Amino acid sequence: MADLSVNICGIKSPNPFWLASAPPTNTGEQVMRGFDAGWGGAVWKTLGEPIVNVNSRFGAIDYSGTKVIGFNNIELITDRPLASNFKEIYEVKKRYPHNVVIVSLMVETKDEWQEIIKRSVDAGADGLELNFGCPHGMCERGMGSAVGEEPKVLQEITSWAKEFSNVPVFVKLSPNVTDIRDPGMAAVMGGCDGISLINTIKSIIGVDLDTLVPKPSVGKESTNGGYCGPAVKPIALHLLAVLGKDPKINVPISGIGGISTWQDAAEFIALGATTIQVCTAVMHYGYRIVEDLIDGLNNYLNNKGLKSVSELTGQAIPGFVDWGELDLNYDIIAKIDGDKCIGCGLCYVACLDGAHQCIHTQKGPCHGWHGEADHGFGPRTEVMPPLHHDGGVPAMSHVPFVDEEECIGCNLCMLVCPVPDCITMVEASHSESKKSWKDHVAKGSA
Amino acid sequence: MGNKTSSKPLLSPKRLERQFSDYKPLYSEAEALIEANRCINCYDAPCISACPTGIDIPAFIKKISTGNIIGSAKVIFEANMLGYSTGRVCPVEELCVGACVYNDLNSSPIQIGRLQHYAAKKAMEIEENTGKKLFPRSKRKSDKKVALIGAGPASLACAAYLALDGIEAVIFEKDTLPGGLNTTAVAPYKIQTEASIEEVNWILQHGVELKTGVEIGKDIALEKLIDEYEAVFIGIGLGMGKRLELKGNDSAAVWRATDLIRKIKNDPDFSLPDELNTVLIIGGGNTAIDISRELAMLGVKDVRLLYRRSRKEMPGYEHEMVEASRYGVRLVEHVTPLEIIRNGEQIKALKVKSTISNDIFDLPCDWVVEAVGQLKHVSKISPEIEVDDQGRVIVDAKTRRTSNPKVYAGGDCINGGKEVVNAAQDGREAAFDILRNLGISPSLHGEKYFKSFVSENKN
Repeated sequence: MADLSVNICGIKSPNPFWLASAPPTNTGEQVMRGFDAGWGGAVWKTLGEPIVNVNSRFGAIDYSGTKVIGFNNIELITDRPLASNFKEIYEVKKRYPHNVVIVSLMVETKDEWQEIIKRSVDAGADGLELNFGCPHGMCERGMGSAVGEEPKVLQEITSWAKEFSNVPVFVKLSPNVTDIRDPGMAAVMGGCDGISLINTIKSIIGVDLDTLVPKPSVGKESTNGGYCGPAVKPIALHLLAVLGKDPKINVPISGIGGISTWQDAAEFIALGATTIQVCTAVMHYGYRIVEDLIDGLNNYLNNKGLKSVSELTGQAIPGFVDWGELDLNYDIIAKIDGDKCIGCGLCYVACLDGAHQCIHTQKGPCHGWHGEADHGFGPRTEVMPPLHHDGGVPAMSHVPFVDEEECIGCNLCMLVCPVPDCITMVEASHSESKKSWKDHVAKGSA
Repeated sequence: MGNKTSSKPLLSPKRLERQFSDYKPLYSEAEALIEANRCINCYDAPCISACPTGIDIPAFIKKISTGNIIGSAKVIFEANMLGYSTGRVCPVEELCVGACVYNDLNSSPIQIGRLQHYAAKKAMEIEENTGKKLFPRSKRKSDKKVALIGAGPASLACAAYLALDGIEAVIFEKDTLPGGLNTTAVAPYKIQTEASIEEVNWILQHGVELKTGVEIGKDIALEKLIDEYEAVFIGIGLGMGKRLELKGNDSAAVWRATDLIRKIKNDPDFSLPDELNTVLIIGGGNTAIDISRELAMLGVKDVRLLYRRSRKEMPGYEHEMVEASRYGVRLVEHVTPLEIIRNGEQIKALKVKSTISNDIFDLPCDWVVEAVGQLKHVSKISPEIEVDDQGRVIVDAKTRRTSNPKVYAGGDCINGGKEVVNAAQDGREAAFDILRNLGISPSLHGEKYFKSFVSENKN
């Protein structure tokens, strides 16, 4: 068993998996069931002056029969009295002293911040998370992402929090900015102990095509919400990596954004996250998903020969470089395993219409690049006449073939192939050493 | 002369076939979406090549998955106007489903027939509910008339494509019920008479005229049709079931399989006698397997299929034999019947001989059913139409035109007995050739969806 425990800003957590500040952490009863299921920590549903919510408030994107690949909400912070929340936080910490409880906060004035921080710390919070990310509703009142998008304000409020708090302060960043380093640096300069990212992305999840009202509809109207779920993971990974790579961001990061599986979690950790926060996947399947998050991550670490989760942290960051540093001489080509191929033709049409016309079909007229006609300059009837390739072995005529001279190694065919390991990208032999765009520029050859 | 069928034919619910439930019931929306979303949308898909009518299957499945039911049904019907019944009765295991790439991944193949049934049925319902036709009849009214003989799948498909392009299509049917084998022969767990008639009525409302109770060659001479119509399409299927000429077969307890199936499907006064325990079916084709399974499903305890060669040589589909076995049908291989031993009208036993050992033994039974093929009967319509040595009408492979340039033929009468889907394709090809010869470009050419790989340099 690998050591899954983590230490973030001096807070010890039995594992890196925390419930993000959201509906699953709305009440003490929920948080305790989450801890029973195995979650290492929880970031409490954001506390502030209790609000009134609207209904409906959730929307989702389904894709090809898969439910909720993307999710959005227009729910605001807690709608329950602060006194109830603090009482429950106290009870949870008393009963679960080894689990982490972070309290998410969002208020306006300095006095309000002082007051709510004091009450949070008194209730037993292990840390605070300043919610500067919520992109709907609260931002219209000058809070949430309205702060996250203004580095100066963000820095100032962070410094207030540090002044009033004797527990670690995390700043939760909004992704709705041009350059994440601006709010990131502001948080660090404000003295934060850690950064959480990402909050949700400003979004409209869809339009009801019967009523023509955007979703989720509140009667005959809707508003922009916060987008999350599996579909946002790539955005979160990028913002995480940008901060993780920046030497000036010298605080630990709690990664959030579309994490549903242990692989997702491992990717976040490899790009620099110390802890992992999950919401949408729990809203979809319940607290029970943490079992495989823990089990899968542990098995992965064991297979990798890593003794602890901290050995994985940041391992992928050195490989994240500017485009200009990539090797222009690195050459790969696609190989199709004819024994595995089922003849679905998806690689052929993807390459033909979406890439570089270098996969050819033997089943019928082939429109691949045959190197004779021009690429669209001549009249339509003369452009690229299809060829009939001799199928060779008839039993294999369903297998498309790659023109290895023309293949530019883009990967598209491998991505669309439905058969595991049928198409692989292999390194083509080349003698030249690494040469990047920056090398070209340095030599003045660009 | 015949009379036009009313839209509500008199079908008694007392028919024996009503005891069967659909072996592949209509999908619910949820089932259809799950199955449709499993389809990986192959390019130049093998299921299309395996379909005699070349329906662009991935296209119609994709449209189901996006909720575009009308669009989905149009893809189906443009290639096959009998898309509704073929979705239910096609031997998909041998055709599209058998060709699905999932088979090569050892995964369950896409249930194409069931998805086709779903799209066709739902679109017909939408059409009925909204009154908006999938295929409005051509405004181009022509005075051209085409006669079609036999109201089975071949003629219905042909007539539909003709009518949609403004031709007056008139179908002559000698029986009272139209629909051909879908009405009289296809196993009732696949399709029942009501559904077959429903499809016929759907075809008719595109402007096809149906005259039932008119027998060409008896009530009207074929030559008269050839004179009066621009073209004639023969879609008369096969004739009576063949007899084995066994001694003792002149009993009501000896059946032709086709007659017995028809009784089960259409005759409200027919029921199985209570004391019916053992039925021996002679034959190895799909009709033999069908009647065996139907009798077993109706509660006959001992149903045996007698075939003179081995199981692997049976012309019937293996997947059908497997299903029949599940209902208790037993196969007796390597036996040939010699004589029916009787006690008055009642059968005592069937005397058979082993084709391996030549041993002769008696198999006690109550009924004997002969399922050994059907006669060809084109000569009854006209001796002028050329047939091959097996009695099948000779047609041009592409156009389905017979030796008489005004006469076309399709379906079982040209192929000796294949599937509904083959008949539908024959009817469509004939219709297109008739239209082109009349100077009309077929509007539903069905190539729109997969032009990129069926056409070469068309643009």
